[in-house]
Amino acid sequence: MSAPSLTPEIVLHTSPHLHSARSVGVIMRNVVYAMLPICLYGVYNFGISVVALLVVSTLSCVLTEHMFCRAAGRPSSIKDSSVIITGILLGLTLPPGFPLWMAAVGGFVAVGLGKMLFGGLGFNVFNPALVGRAFLQAAFPTAITTYTPALANGRFAEFIPTTLTFPFAQPPVITEWIARVRIDAFSGATPLTALKFDKIGTGLTPLFWGNVAGSAGETSVILILLGGLYLVARNFMDWRITAAMLLSAFVLSGVFHLSNPAAYPHPLFMLFSGGLMLGAVFMATDMVGSPVTPLGVWIYGGVMGALTILIRLLGGLPEGVMYAILIGNAVSPMIDNLTQPRVYGTQRKTGARA
Amino acid sequence: MAHAHGNAPSPSESMEAFLNGLWKQNPVFVQVLGMCPTLAVTNSARNAAAMGLATIFVLVCSNTLISLVRKLVQKQVRIATYILIIATFVTMVDYIIKAVSVDVYKALGPFIALIVVNCIILGRAEAFASKNSVGKSILDGLGMGLGFAIALFCLGGVREILGAGTLFGVSLFGPNFQPWVLFLLPSGGFFTLAGWLLIFTWWKERKKRMAEAQQ
Repeated sequence: MSAPSLTPEIVLHTSPHLHSARSVGVIMRNVVYAMLPICLYGVYNFGISVVALLVVSTLSCVLTEHMFCRAAGRPSSIKDSSVIITGILLGLTLPPGFPLWMAAVGGFVAVGLGKMLFGGLGFNVFNPALVGRAFLQAAFPTAITTYTPALANGRFAEFIPTTLTFPFAQPPVITEWIARVRIDAFSGATPLTALKFDKIGTGLTPLFWGNVAGSAGETSVILILLGGLYLVARNFMDWRITAAMLLSAFVLSGVFHLSNPAAYPHPLFMLFSGGLMLGAVFMATDMVGSPVTPLGVWIYGGVMGALTILIRLLGGLPEGVMYAILIGNAVSPMIDNLTQPRVYGTQRKTGARA
Repeated sequence: MAHAHGNAPSPSESMEAFLNGLWKQNPVFVQVLGMCPTLAVTNSARNAAAMGLATIFVLVCSNTLISLVRKLVQKQVRIATYILIIATFVTMVDYIIKAVSVDVYKALGPFIALIVVNCIILGRAEAFASKNSVGKSILDGLGMGLGFAIALFCLGGVREILGAGTLFGVSLFGPNFQPWVLFLLPSGGFFTLAGWLLIFTWWKERKKRMAEAQQ
């Protein structure tokens, strides 16, 4: 990854000396391909509002990065596609009827605060999309918890009323609209909210295929897993992080479930519901925010999975993936420090560093 | 400091003592001092203005008195003396605010008493009032106090406008405005302060670059 040298000189390098042709741009474009089926399913599930949501969040992110680059007098870095991923991921984690102007604000905060102020790609401490979402969650707590039914009637003909809210205005109350378009007795709750506040469970089959309420792109477990498998097969993603996160979430929620099956849901429900799958596959594995040591990635994933379950079952919020991953990002440099492997030919000394 | 021992400071020196706090050494935006009240009580323009006025009063009074007694106080006990003087004026402010508005008093809570330990006030006592004449110390206190109050107002105004859609309790955008709850929360204080610091730094860098380009 060395910068091309302008003067003919002998360049001394540590290993690796052989580079593959894959650049940041190639990796990022493949991540976009892996996310496309999820986006399409989101559109099928919730209608044209999701198209508008994804377009606005992505455009807002790209424009913000371009503006910041220009203000800093640097060449624009939007061509490496990483900002497109941020935009799409942000859109996928928002409710389908989320007001577009708020999505634009989220994109600005995600890229401006979460990425460019730290110095751009590679320097950001946190996953930018989640920084944007955390800001939106704190700023507009009502709008970001207003969900609409999946497979609603007429979803390809009209926008969800909240989508087209005038900038800086409050989104309208859509209880009546939901009553008109829903195909079953939808109460406005995602599977996790229904479980936490109304004690209503959801079957595993709809959760697996994805025709349930939720954020625009988090509902279909099968499509997210397929996208992840594609990235793993092309060696663009560290599967150990995803595996560790899902495993620790499964084990911890299994312990809860066995201790009191009436109060705590089945571990598979915990894996398939909410944003855990999307977070574990596409956000926790963000190369910038995760550790690099072999043991570190397992610890990192394990911490995030356990935090997710703890927030969901013991915290006040129905969903905890976002905060779990942000905390995971924050501790990942420390995990790296603690898990430095022994350098070949040296002995690990206690106390002083060799 | 050539005129520091003289009786009357020159007008330009007095002006500088006053303007320093307002702009060049603004306690919040340049020195980044006194962050506790800056972040804690700026969730509305009213609270910010009240805290700003209280600080101006304490700062000017303590600067005056400390400058008056600066030659009488032994070096070893000077900090204790300063704190005693400052605490006296803070107690006065505490009672004044309680008499004027109980609402504001409740909103500011312990932060009125905490003006005693506001590092701006002790900082000006030690760095300026203990070394300068009364007139200049008053001007310094006024400048620093005003600079602090303006900065608090900048934060409180932005936070109230975005967080509630009002300024001094007056609705600006009508009932349909979507409040950004975040800005009324403590984290909103950090975001707003960071935003202002960003603007100031960016503006200063730009000015420096333009000055360099002209040379």
